[in-house]
Amino acid sequence: MFLYRAAPTLSPVEYMVRSHRLRWPELLPWLAILAAFFAFPSYLALGAQVMIMVLFALSLDLVLGYAGIVTLGHSAFFGVGAYTAGILAAHGWGEPISGLVVGGAVAGAVGLVTGLIILRTRGLTLLMLTLAVVSMLGEAANKAGWLTGGADGLQGITLDPLLGLFHFDLFGRTAYVYCALVLLAGWMFVRRLVHAPFGRSLTGMRENTARMHAIGAPVRQRLVTVYAIAAALAGVAGALQAQTTQFVGLNVLSFELSGAVLIMLIFGGVGRLYGAFVGAPIYMVAQDALSRLDPEYWFFWVGLLLVVTVMFARGGILGVVDQIRRKVMR
Amino acid sequence: MTSALETRGLRKSFGAMVVTSGVDFRLAPGARHALIGPNGAGKTTFINLITGRLTPSAGSIHLAGEDVTALPQSARVKRGLGRTFQINTLFSNLTVLENVTMAVSERLGRGGDKFRFAGSRRDIVEEAYELLIRLRLAEDALRPVREIAYGRQRLVEMAIALGLKPRVLLLDEPAAGVPSAETAVILEVMEALPADMAVLIIEHDMDLVLRFAKTITVLVRGAVLTEGAPAEILADPRVREIYLGEGHHG
Repeated sequence: MFLYRAAPTLSPVEYMVRSHRLRWPELLPWLAILAAFFAFPSYLALGAQVMIMVLFALSLDLVLGYAGIVTLGHSAFFGVGAYTAGILAAHGWGEPISGLVVGGAVAGAVGLVTGLIILRTRGLTLLMLTLAVVSMLGEAANKAGWLTGGADGLQGITLDPLLGLFHFDLFGRTAYVYCALVLLAGWMFVRRLVHAPFGRSLTGMRENTARMHAIGAPVRQRLVTVYAIAAALAGVAGALQAQTTQFVGLNVLSFELSGAVLIMLIFGGVGRLYGAFVGAPIYMVAQDALSRLDPEYWFFWVGLLLVVTVMFARGGILGVVDQIRRKVMR
Repeated sequence: MTSALETRGLRKSFGAMVVTSGVDFRLAPGARHALIGPNGAGKTTFINLITGRLTPSAGSIHLAGEDVTALPQSARVKRGLGRTFQINTLFSNLTVLENVTMAVSERLGRGGDKFRFAGSRRDIVEEAYELLIRLRLAEDALRPVREIAYGRQRLVEMAIALGLKPRVLLLDEPAAGVPSAETAVILEVMEALPADMAVLIIEHDMDLVLRFAKTITVLVRGAVLTEGAPAEILADPRVREIYLGEGHHG
């Protein structure tokens, strides 16, 4: 959304033609990622996990924030990506980048097929169907213990050096840089997508489906397309997690993970592209700190934080930042 | 001559309730045609059948001679059918300019582009902005639609429809909810529509209908009561009794 921020020194056409240009705050996450690498060398493993969750939340933002598809089953694609890359690596296919691509492709295919079926519905029915998809996949992974390791989890994942050069070291330096580069590519891709006519039309469908139909947009086709794209991205995030932790547990195909990524996005701000970059780190760090403080009931505090966010800061943290900025500008 | 739009035996029922019963209707190319009738006559249902929001129970719909009864909404729009809504149906959090750009972009088949920035098509944005100038919306171009007055939002409805460059334009109560002082702008816009565009207007405001329409069709209880030039319709005692007697808001 191009909010009318400063005095219009530009003509409206000029303003809109330039709307996709990079602004300096968009570089902040990358400075933070770079700084963290040097500032917290003993937390690089956590850092890699945070970036994976950012990518996962970013993919959810496409579906939920832009297209307005409310889903509680987004972990299905994270899980499929994780198991695909994990199973490949456990069976001798240890080359990381191809594993990532295959993980994303398989998740995208699952997104395409399930999307074609469930995106005929809307609202509560759709919500239930997204839940059903992840439940079914979770149960399937549990049953197919010979392939997935079942409840014990998938073990024996070994990775080749990245590009044949960089070994995945104990300190997680390679993993951190690897995750950062994949996230950078994912961000560039999503940013381009949401500023393209396709992304604008997703916002249009969220804002007013009837109007999108009336201007001749193939609404359902676009919804299925974005669902599949987001699924592929979520699959890449899952594959990254399988590769960097060298373990896949059944929790990747759980409703809890879908809920967690949704909460991350709501914390940060939905439909803003950068909500994922704010919400995921806060959630992960809060989880880390709170679970040490209160190992049994830490989720209570997350819940409380969520209640406060949705009651007093509907646009998430970035929404609050926007409000403050607008007040200052006036 | 082939009609710009035609319905043959168009029928729609919801269970036992028949809301459109066997409507034969023709809209000539370049027509200025009004559809009037008391509340509940099935006018909006008729529009929704034509655009494809609703599926008819029987009968057929033809655009420039082509049977489009089985086609989805988007395919009918691609064949030159544009509409406005009785109740503003806009992208209220997007700017006025974005609202119209969206329509122009879809018309040119660019709405699904994924890897080029929307702003890189300056021609599309410029076309949308020119429409805003024509409709006197230019000063609001960068304001979110929700922030502008209702009457001006009605103009955005028109701008979006015009962005599609339709051959057939359906205007569903374009002046609904607009203070009478502001209907003049809407009428002005309607009068400036291209002569080759066939326009069908549904309107309660009889002053507006009489000033704009060359032909009037009266719909009562889902069926065509009569059709003719404004003078004939006004002189028809049945129309005076059924419509002007009770439903006149003008």
